Amino acid sequence: MTQTTHKKRMLDTKMVPAPSHGIIPERDYYSTPVLEARHLGIEFGGLKAVEDFNLIIGKTEIAGLIGPNGAGKTTVFNLLTKVYQPTMGTVLLNGKDTAGMNTVQANKLGIARTFQNIRLFGNMTVEDNVRIGLHNQVPYGMFTGILRLPGYWKQEKKQHEQALELLSIFGMQDLAGAQAGSLPYGAQRRLEIVRALATHPSLLLLDEPAAGMNPHETEELMRNIIKIRDQFQIAVMLIEHDMNLVMGICEGICVLNYGRIIAKGTADEIQANPVVIEAYLGKKKEG
Amino acid sequence: MINSGMMTRSLKGQMIPICVYIVMAVSLNLVVGISGELSLGHAGFMSIGAFSGIIASAWLHGALNVENETLRLVLSMIVGGVFAGVFGVLIGIPVLRLRGDYLAIVTLAFGEIIRNVMNCLYFSLEGSRLHVSFNNPNIPGTLLVNGPAGATGVDKIATFTAGFVLILFTLLVVLNLINSRSGRAIMATRDNRIAAEAMGINVTKYKMMAFVTAAVLAGMAGALYGLNFSTVAASKFKFDTSILVLVFVVLGGIGNIWGSIIAAALLTVLPELLRAFADYRMLVYAIVLILVMLATNNPMIRSLAGRLFRRGGVDTTAQGGGADQ
Repeated sequence: MTQTTHKKRMLDTKMVPAPSHGIIPERDYYSTPVLEARHLGIEFGGLKAVEDFNLIIGKTEIAGLIGPNGAGKTTVFNLLTKVYQPTMGTVLLNGKDTAGMNTVQANKLGIARTFQNIRLFGNMTVEDNVRIGLHNQVPYGMFTGILRLPGYWKQEKKQHEQALELLSIFGMQDLAGAQAGSLPYGAQRRLEIVRALATHPSLLLLDEPAAGMNPHETEELMRNIIKIRDQFQIAVMLIEHDMNLVMGICEGICVLNYGRIIAKGTADEIQANPVVIEAYLGKKKEG
Repeated sequence: MINSGMMTRSLKGQMIPICVYIVMAVSLNLVVGISGELSLGHAGFMSIGAFSGIIASAWLHGALNVENETLRLVLSMIVGGVFAGVFGVLIGIPVLRLRGDYLAIVTLAFGEIIRNVMNCLYFSLEGSRLHVSFNNPNIPGTLLVNGPAGATGVDKIATFTAGFVLILFTLLVVLNLINSRSGRAIMATRDNRIAAEAMGINVTKYKMMAFVTAAVLAGMAGALYGLNFSTVAASKFKFDTSILVLVFVVLGGIGNIWGSIIAAALLTVLPELLRAFADYRMLVYAIVLILVMLATNNPMIRSLAGRLFRRGGVDTTAQGGGADQ
């Protein structure tokens, strides 16, 4: 693609967020979308795991990505965070092309995630896990640390305060000194969200945040996701199998099956969509 | 203690090597325990430190007329550290692209390469000029490093005080590094590489930081070691030495800095203490090693030790976790 046509396409999508198909909420309509995926796809040795994935997410939107097992949802997350390099298409974060970037650079551009199978730093304390998230937000150099220069004390204090403040979102500040690996399952999931938030993202990707949580905990999680969005003014995209959570808080939902988007829209539209019912919900409905 | 006659002669001679091995063990623990990469070529950095330290010492004496031995020792150790650090960077670039067993084997290979190259190098000092040659002993001036025969006629300027200060310096660097932003990043790359990358941590940079810091400290220890003997051959820093240091680290507890110090001190002295067993002493040494390893890995003894010296994070049960703090 030449430079000019690329520019032209940027302008096109900015004025007409067409591929989103009603996903962008009204309040975000005139700002640059936080995420824009264009014809995104990846092949693993001939197998097209994800194909022609188009999506736009508004600045403060909560979006859901659903689909049957093996539909390619986590692969999409890995593509967006650059764990995999896409073989087709592009990803724009806050309007910037992420082609050729690695995970670290994508994170610095403002994308943070949690993992389906929890990936905490299990031997470290809860607070240290959050401090890892603050790594690039409250920096100081190696020699400042070794020589204990004034910058060390200042930044360490700042990290400590910010870590506790972030932990208090989930009421976990009392667990700050506990070992992360020893926390109960639900608390580990919440800690992963806090750690991701600590990197100051503009888009937070949650991979099955409610897995292993009881209905009461899930309800609390829904309130907290909305709270996070309102407090930090960020977009959230989540993969989830709990339909109460997805239908309850997602403003836009995207349904994936066999690596392709089969439907996009609001919760009501998705629930009424015959293609979705056939591919996904239909199997669960008896009779 | 040294002057009051409480120590035997042989133990007195061991004091500086003990300091050297403590520094070696602590620095290797930074790589193996904290950054989680098995390095089998740590003696290579010690070798580079030793020979560059010896040459620096001779050059400072011959060319710059630095008579003060303490100053010369400190400068030589710094030179040893810098050279080992430079090689740490050069070796780290290819090595740290690998993971796990592959990394271990490549570090082993680099350790052997350094030893074999040192076996063929000749350095001599002619007035204030330093001559280097490869595989050719016919260079002008007095030979400082004589290929396979190693460095001969070294000024023994190493002191126990310097060794002790070097231990303190090493502890200051390693412990302060661990308890800082960079140290947490190093441990994060060890615990979960993918999560660390997703949190915006440059994994290669922090692996390199641990590797090079360890190389610099090993180089300084090597310089001290080299300046403690009148002759030092490259064959002294072979694979066995790397493994010996690794044994100290594993025995003291991977990631446990204080454990490394105790293990290094005890195991350096042990062969001397076992002199009474004459021919069987290396056998007894090996048996003691096996017994200690079995004991430290026994869950019952571990939990007992955990209860005796209650340290944060030993008790990992769900109820205990909160009440502990």
